[in-house]
Amino acid sequence: MRSTKARLITGMTWIIAVTYFFPVAWMFINSFKTENDAASLTPKFIFTPTLEGFSRLGERGMSNYLTNSLMASVVSTALVLALSIPAAYALSIRPIHKVQDALFFFISTRFMPAAASILPLFIIFKNLHVLDNIFALSLVYAAMNLPIAIWMMRSFLSEVPHEVIEASRIDGADFETELWSVVLPIVLPGIAAVALICFIFSWNEYFFSVLLTSANAKTTPPFLASFVDGRGQFLAVLSAASTVAALPVILAGWFAQKQLVRGLAMGAVK
Amino acid sequence: MNNKVKALIAVVVVAIAGVVVVQQRSGGDVTLTLATVNNGQMKDMESLKGEFEAANPGIKVNFQVMEEGDLRSAVTSDVANKAGQYDIVTIGAYEVPQWGANGWLTDLTPDLADKAYDVGDILPPVKDALSVNGKQYAVPFYGESSILMYNKEILDAKGVKLSNNPTWNEVAAAAKKVNSAKTAGICLRGKPGWGDLFAPLTTVVQTFGGTWYDMNWDAKVNSPEFTQAVTFYKDLLAAAGEKDPVSYSFNECLTALKTGKVAMWYDASVAASMLEADDSPVKGKMGYAHAPVVKTKEAGWLWSWNLAVPANTQNKEAAVKFIKWATSKDYHQLVGKKLGWSLVPPGARTSTYSIPEYKEAAAAYAPITLEVMSAVNPKQPGVNPQPWVGIQYVAIPEFQDVGNQVAQLVADAIAGRTTVKEALDKGQVIAQAAGDAHKK
Repeated sequence: MRSTKARLITGMTWIIAVTYFFPVAWMFINSFKTENDAASLTPKFIFTPTLEGFSRLGERGMSNYLTNSLMASVVSTALVLALSIPAAYALSIRPIHKVQDALFFFISTRFMPAAASILPLFIIFKNLHVLDNIFALSLVYAAMNLPIAIWMMRSFLSEVPHEVIEASRIDGADFETELWSVVLPIVLPGIAAVALICFIFSWNEYFFSVLLTSANAKTTPPFLASFVDGRGQFLAVLSAASTVAALPVILAGWFAQKQLVRGLAMGAVK
Repeated sequence: MNNKVKALIAVVVVAIAGVVVVQQRSGGDVTLTLATVNNGQMKDMESLKGEFEAANPGIKVNFQVMEEGDLRSAVTSDVANKAGQYDIVTIGAYEVPQWGANGWLTDLTPDLADKAYDVGDILPPVKDALSVNGKQYAVPFYGESSILMYNKEILDAKGVKLSNNPTWNEVAAAAKKVNSAKTAGICLRGKPGWGDLFAPLTTVVQTFGGTWYDMNWDAKVNSPEFTQAVTFYKDLLAAAGEKDPVSYSFNECLTALKTGKVAMWYDASVAASMLEADDSPVKGKMGYAHAPVVKTKEAGWLWSWNLAVPANTQNKEAAVKFIKWATSKDYHQLVGKKLGWSLVPPGARTSTYSIPEYKEAAAAYAPITLEVMSAVNPKQPGVNPQPWVGIQYVAIPEFQDVGNQVAQLVADAIAGRTTVKEALDKGQVIAQAAGDAHKK
């Protein structure tokens, strides 16, 4: 009985995993088809692979959009880490007064939908002459990700045993040594998790990029939408573009898998 | 200070410093930024821009192709706030008169006066829809009306014949006659949305004698004519329409007609070119007729995608030069010769329909498109006069919201969740609130 149940669970797990993975795999397969094969009413599993879709990405200048996405994601993630680690430190290891109020304030900045803030942001950007500027867009992404990063970092820092910190202080460690040599090495998997999540959020962000950028700083997600064509011959090239766009995030997740699992589990176990 | 702390501070400083770096344009040359929609015809224009750049050294055109909803949001925020990110914008016939009246767009009238451009060749109803008080604020890139499309094989099998100018009663009778378990008689949009359900339904309302507003901006949504039209639409869908109509719009009906699941379809004339495409299963089997009527002579709608120049662009001269090139007779020749004659942008210029190669390539649908687009009247599409120019929409900013809300109510009635009367009584209140803002 037990083994039947276990087999059933394993079977269900496979079905769910394949169901989730199939659209991604289909996108990957389509990226190597011709437009006619990709648009065929009967799905084609056997076809002559071609790199036609990928070569068209170069013609449309996709590398510029990828560079912009990379700039925005890296700069915003670096900013978020630079600000969230000290903030979280002050909310956990060396707590300030009214920690709960401060935490609520940070998360309250996410209560308002992005659509409600876009017009004031647009006007501010216009008056500062930073519309279509990738660094300005990075600042928006940093502001967008900062609250969640502070909350995550705070839960990771709270996991650091007080005894370890106290021991370092007794040994004469100053604040910097305590932070860099004691605390951060312990929460490194957590930092990796925060960095990856912020990177993914920035990489995939669509709404602000559409409205705050035009010719020079447009990122990849809005560019992908431009491949859709009313005449219907766009599936192969769109799949190729989506595959290229998804690749950096998938690779980053793949390489940081071990750190990520450890990091995300850190805050979960008290 | 620890090196790591210094490194972190450096990252912050570099990021902030980057913010204040103002984008530099390359000196001498002009780079035009053009915001456009991801339609095939626009992509054709992008693929041919090199011809313009070669003929106009010093001018480069940078295309920003966007999905329709994104384009509307991006261009509206940019133009309304005079941000100047775009030198040329692609906007619909709904926006042009409103933005022109607001002073957001360059008045193109003097620039279009030269003989070579031949502004008089633009289809008169399209030109009317793009003008306010005699000033033209945009040039049409391509346009469309609405027509009745039907599968001749299915209708012939049941002995049904349709005239070139059918009435809605004729169409309803034909739909009921050919309706079967396998094939619905007619496909009509039921998906809620001002641009979905209410595009065809408003034309039905108008030909039944109804209107959204009278000349005093008093809403007429629950008037007997409006009610009669909506009831007719709902009853026709119930008797001979597609199953689950509230999930159907343009694409769903197109697929249904192509795959033989419906026999007739009333929608945008641009669909005809897709039904006659080489890979279409119904190519050569289709018949086309004017939009069905009741009390008016014509009932087709009018839509065009247009190129306009925001009032505050720094590159007006170059921008005007480009939009004149992209909407010229020569451009139509260029598309035909380079990309294929069936891809020439339709519904903008009368002369397009005299090009022999185009007439041959689009023989199945070009004559009816020209007939309908020349005959519709955006100044007064219905029985009574109206205080705006436009057919399937009301050219006021509030209409998107009003249309969406009333469309949801009517979709509920079509789905049987409420009655037509209840839906339109509620719609009347919504429409009147918007109408009050325009009363003098």
